[in-house]
Amino acid sequence: MTGPGMHEPHGPGPEPLDGDPLVRPYVITTGRGSLDTVRLDMISIIVSTRAEIDETTLEPEQVEIIALCRDAKSVAEVAAHLHIPVGVVKVLLRDLIGRGYALARAPITESPVGRDVLQAVIHGIQRL
Amino acid sequence: MASSGSDVPGREPSGAVPTGPVPTGPVPTAVKIVVAGGFGTGKSTLIRAVSEMDALDTDEVMTDVSLGVDDLSGVEGKTTTTVALDFGRITIGGDLVLYLFGAPGQERFRFMWDELARGALGVVILADTRRLNGCFPAIDYCERGRLPFVVAVNAFEGAARYDPAEVREAIGVGAATPVVVCDARRRASAKDVLTALVETALLPSDA
Repeated sequence: MTGPGMHEPHGPGPEPLDGDPLVRPYVITTGRGSLDTVRLDMISIIVSTRAEIDETTLEPEQVEIIALCRDAKSVAEVAAHLHIPVGVVKVLLRDLIGRGYALARAPITESPVGRDVLQAVIHGIQRL
Repeated sequence: MASSGSDVPGREPSGAVPTGPVPTGPVPTAVKIVVAGGFGTGKSTLIRAVSEMDALDTDEVMTDVSLGVDDLSGVEGKTTTTVALDFGRITIGGDLVLYLFGAPGQERFRFMWDELARGALGVVILADTRRLNGCFPAIDYCERGRLPFVVAVNAFEGAARYDPAEVREAIGVGAATPVVVCDARRRASAKDVLTALVETALLPSDA
């Protein structure tokens, strides 16, 4: 029963956890007129946000993306799984994000990267 | 095909970036390391050795990522040129995931490095002692961009073994840059290379 009018994709969410250097705010577009403002990196993490979709308003590839991104995936992974160039995937994703079907989480791109992140990465590599 | 969408209620004025609803599962933040080197130096091999998934590859359309690059003017209509990018993934924890991207080594793909390198923790430059000059473009790029990097000499069978100090002298990198010998096929060796890189990134960068 969840439809665009009932499920408010842009309602108030939890406060961003600014104190944690590993946590980034979700990046979401503010409407279809401003889709260009969604900056998607190859490692932006995409996750689907709706259980029910209206397939008639979506491209077949977008339906695939929504299914694929029930578990979070990077833009590059989406492109590889669907065998679609990254640039095309970004266009499809911007549309999905603008319509509330998906969220994108921006990667860490600060330079230099924070020490907490680097130390977490070293520990993660050593656990492999 | 797309519906108009112009009447969606409740939109914020453009410019605002509202916080969205939290999905049910964890959504990690991503970081990346670039694996560079000349053709055939073992970039894909190293990525496969540590990736938790089968290494994937994707075709990047040249004209999409080359917008604004001056020296491609004149080939704007060449939309079918693609280059395969291969990559792997290492989950660091519930909220952090590391991607490794193999950077195409050929000079004509230099335009891609800006996107690949943007925000990267650093760059692993794989070197083959039989063709050391293959790693020079990547070294130049990292030095100009002040990106942390390590040079990893992939110990190919049949190639003469070199002391890392000899390689360091041959490629002319400073003492602050690690030069290590590795076997890109072995996970333990690849882990050592990645660890050396991230440790370098932790050092003060005034070298």
